[in-house]
Amino acid sequence: MRSFHYRRPADVAEAVALLGADPEAAYLAGGTNLVDLMKLGVQRPDLLVDVTRLPLGGIEPLPGGGLRIGATVRNSSLAAHPVVRRDYPVLSRALLAAASGQLRNMATTGGNLMQRTRCVYFQDTGKACNKREPGTGCAARHGQNRDLAILDWSEQCVATHPSDLAVALAALDAVVEVAEAGGTRDVPVAEFYRSPGEHPERETTLPRGALITAVRLPPLPAARRSAYLKVRDRASFAFAVGSVAAVLDLDAGVVRDVRLAYGAVAHRPWRALRAEAELRGRPFTPELAGRAADAELEAARPLSHNAFKVPLVRAITVRALTELAGVEA
Amino acid sequence: MSAGAVGRAHPRLEGREKVTGTARYAVEYPLDDVTYGWAVPAAAVRGRITRIDAEPALALPGVLAVLHHGNAPRLSPDVDPELYLLQEPTVHYRGQFVAVVVAESIEAAREGARHVRIDYDTQPHSTVLTADHPGLYRPDKVNPSYPTDTAEGDFDAAFAAAEVQVDATYRTPAYHNNPMEPHATTAQWRDGQLLLHDSNQGSTAVQAAMAELFGMPRESVRVISAHVGGGFGSKGYAKASVVLAALAARHVDRPVRLALTRQQLFGPIGYRTPTIQRVRLGSDADGRIAAICHDAISQTSMITEFAEQTAVYTRSMYAGPHRRTTHRLARLDVPTPFWMRAPGECPGAYALESAMDELAVACGIDPVELRIRNDPAVDPDQGHPFSSRNLVACLTEGARRFGWADRNPRPCARREGRWMIGTGVAGSSYPARARAAAATATALPDGGFVVRINATDIGTGARTALWQVAADALDVPPERVRIHIGDSDLPPAGVAGGSMGTSSWSWAVVRACQELRDRLGHHTGELPADGLTVEAHTADEIRAQRPMARYAYGAQFAEVRVDADTGEVRVSRLLGVFAVGQVVNPTTARSQLIGGMTMGLSMALHEEGVLDERYGDWVNHDLATYHITACADVERIEAYWVPEEDPDLNPAGVKGLGEIGIVGTAAAIASAVRHATGVRVRDLPIRLDKLLGVSELA
Ligand SMILES: Cc1cc2nc3c(=O)[nH]c(=O)nc-3n(C[C@H](O)[C@H](O)[C@H](O)COP(=O)(O)OP(=O)(O)OC[C@H]3O[C@@H](n4cnc5c(N)ncnc54)[C@H](O)[C@@H]3O)c2cc1C
Repeated sequence: MRSFHYRRPADVAEAVALLGADPEAAYLAGGTNLVDLMKLGVQRPDLLVDVTRLPLGGIEPLPGGGLRIGATVRNSSLAAHPVVRRDYPVLSRALLAAASGQLRNMATTGGNLMQRTRCVYFQDTGKACNKREPGTGCAARHGQNRDLAILDWSEQCVATHPSDLAVALAALDAVVEVAEAGGTRDVPVAEFYRSPGEHPERETTLPRGALITAVRLPPLPAARRSAYLKVRDRASFAFAVGSVAAVLDLDAGVVRDVRLAYGAVAHRPWRALRAEAELRGRPFTPELAGRAADAELEAARPLSHNAFKVPLVRAITVRALTELAGVEA
Repeated sequence: MSAGAVGRAHPRLEGREKVTGTARYAVEYPLDDVTYGWAVPAAAVRGRITRIDAEPALALPGVLAVLHHGNAPRLSPDVDPELYLLQEPTVHYRGQFVAVVVAESIEAAREGARHVRIDYDTQPHSTVLTADHPGLYRPDKVNPSYPTDTAEGDFDAAFAAAEVQVDATYRTPAYHNNPMEPHATTAQWRDGQLLLHDSNQGSTAVQAAMAELFGMPRESVRVISAHVGGGFGSKGYAKASVVLAALAARHVDRPVRLALTRQQLFGPIGYRTPTIQRVRLGSDADGRIAAICHDAISQTSMITEFAEQTAVYTRSMYAGPHRRTTHRLARLDVPTPFWMRAPGECPGAYALESAMDELAVACGIDPVELRIRNDPAVDPDQGHPFSSRNLVACLTEGARRFGWADRNPRPCARREGRWMIGTGVAGSSYPARARAAAATATALPDGGFVVRINATDIGTGARTALWQVAADALDVPPERVRIHIGDSDLPPAGVAGGSMGTSSWSWAVVRACQELRDRLGHHTGELPADGLTVEAHTADEIRAQRPMARYAYGAQFAEVRVDADTGEVRVSRLLGVFAVGQVVNPTTARSQLIGGMTMGLSMALHEEGVLDERYGDWVNHDLATYHITACADVERIEAYWVPEEDPDLNPAGVKGLGEIGIVGTAAAIASAVRHATGVRVRDLPIRLDKLLGVSELA
């Protein structure tokens, strides 16, 4: 049997120290992703540091507005939180569109952000994957890649990040609070994930052993009018084929502010800054939304099986924004 | 039959045990000294094992043994090449089991499996079925023993002369059976006797196969299958788990538990073959079919021939004087396909019933009416009369319940916001057959009765149905009857498959009970302490049945919504009406019919084994990536049946209903999608990328 150790640290400092002392250790939160990958032999930690008893389970309003969400808050509690539902509906909807009730009851904020790709080649130790085993090649590049990236992929990796939560957080300009051996640090979600480049095995900009302690949502009154649209191959319990998180602030029909992020298109949640720039300051029309999506998707390089994602993402961009604007399509 | 248990809704007899977790499945029996087996799949597609290094595995704590072709106990080569496991170094497909690790714990066994080093000498492989595959050939027969090709009249001339012609090719992908309980076995050898707790659909056949494989008399093998967590055909015969567990238990001389993993169900247990089907229909302007042809292509393996009877459905379903059906097979470097709910009928009906819809559109005739116009008076294949044929009743009753009459046949006519809405219909049929079985019935001195038969309840409610049938045949309240099934020590019976379970088993049960009543009528005085037992065999009676066309029928109606922008499809209503003879237990009958329709919905919209030719296997081999319909995919699903008394079937008058539900469902949904959008998708599943932006496509 492959045995591993299990520790339940008393505080954040001990947790970080435990990981610092053992290069093969991993944090364990809800376990809904890590334990599966251990069974498949994809991840083989020799020490699990259980973070679920750390005092990171609260959701607190911040003095200047905004919200701090503890790293071990369960996805189901976060989705149901009244302030989240009122002030950041995009976040609540993204969570509820993910996985199943049972999984959401276990899954945590930190674990969700750190979950690994669902690329089928990554999950099968019998197949080539640079992310799982650097240097073995990318079987997906010319393989079954319908569900994979259209933006920002590299020859080494065409995987997508699977989290719905992360897409909403990208749109909301959330900040991840991180504890490391040297102290604590704030990392904006925009800088949290990496492009695959030459090193797809590195998914985030965090150093090894860094612990997510919380996620901070800045105040964003416009987010009360926000939406998450997720397209999937069956009506529930499926990862996104494409998704969009959108916040729209109109002033007499003119776009005062807009936030757009896409899921299931790249190695990271994709903040659509070009589309936002196209929209900002212009009178909103569905046609404008389409042009904005086109501007963003100009950079798309579909793989052999996923060219359809380009018109799909365009379509849901138009729909999400049009519905938020309350105009007829 | 006056007690009246048959026809009444009754919860499953073992329902309480199941929901409280006390019902035991194959690897859940408490056992001292038990060990765990883990199957090791081949990492090559086609080739030979040149070396197996078990040392790294054996060095792990808890690992007891590694079995492979070099050291496993010998099996008889004459039983079934599929079961000739760990005997030869040859690899026929990726994922074929080539070793078993046995250990003190399941965790140690799994880790051991990762440490078995196997070298292969590999050869180029071919794993993708195409319409022009160079290996296509004509098998001698199709499953189980139908002629490969049939022809009547002159199809070519009649088709060429037909006023209206439909010529369309439909494709279905590989579908994978995923019962909740995987194929799983606990094997124990005791004094040369083999005791197996095994998850299968018929343990009489498993007992026979295992006895032959190990060269033992049947009596030396006992197979217990008290509760089985589904099978859908894939457990219709002995499979790898039971053979590997028995080999391992003999090798380590301790009991072994072995369950396949979810990933291992994608291949080695069989799957529904991909199909490529061309259907041609020629009719007059009124839709009366003159020419009908169905050419089906499917695949088999290098190990053994499995010839899915895809076009057989078309031989008897609709009228038409000029007809032809053909089957071609390609042998590929793939696992052998096997039975999956309505093998043959299900993929075949998808093609034929879709083509019927295309014909209805081409003729401008309502698709319900078109089917009624082409309802044959006698079986067009054999010329036999039908024992009963109530397709028309199903269609008209379904149309009434569904509200079909108001349908505007024009596609893209209904729109609600983002949703394009359409409706579709399909006919269905499934053979109503029976296999020989034996049963005993015992009258006890305390007034109770015991009925014994080696039937298998794979979750269908078979145990409960037989108990109801027995009570009526004995003419006593069901509370006085106990039923024993699921053990090869019981009187032998056939598999729970081919929708033949209840018809075959109830036949033997009724005969045993009737005979017992007879005997009791003549009996005087006290009954002996162990009761009075009679045994009935149905083989002769079944053989003596007069030749007739016996089928269950059904009609499925679907209403779908297609998202005009994203192409997402949701089924807002699915309604089926069936003619299935006597319904023994409405509760469990309804779940079978709804379950079949759900599986058909899943086939239409979601399921697809996605093969990577370079690796030669399916990459989406788990339930997160191989999508099966979820509850949210269908808003309303209903099943009804029409009253049907058919005296030419079997004593209980049942037709069997495990499979009829799935048969036409995918075609009904595909036709509804076409009605909603104007787009006919002829290769399943109808995934959103095939309909994306459909509002502009149409
Ligand atoms: C069948 C299925 C369907 C799913 N569908 C969806 C879906 O549609 N959308 C979606 O978004 N998700 C989906 N998920 C994924 C699910 O959301 C994740 O598994 C879950 O969010 C992970 O959280 P966890 O707490 O269980 O993490 P774990 O499994 O415990 O950990 C995951 C990773 O995060 C690391 N980690 C955990 N906590 C921390 C921390 N505080 N700091 C640093 N690292 C940490 C762990 O070391 C590990 O590497 C699905 C999962 C399954 C199994």
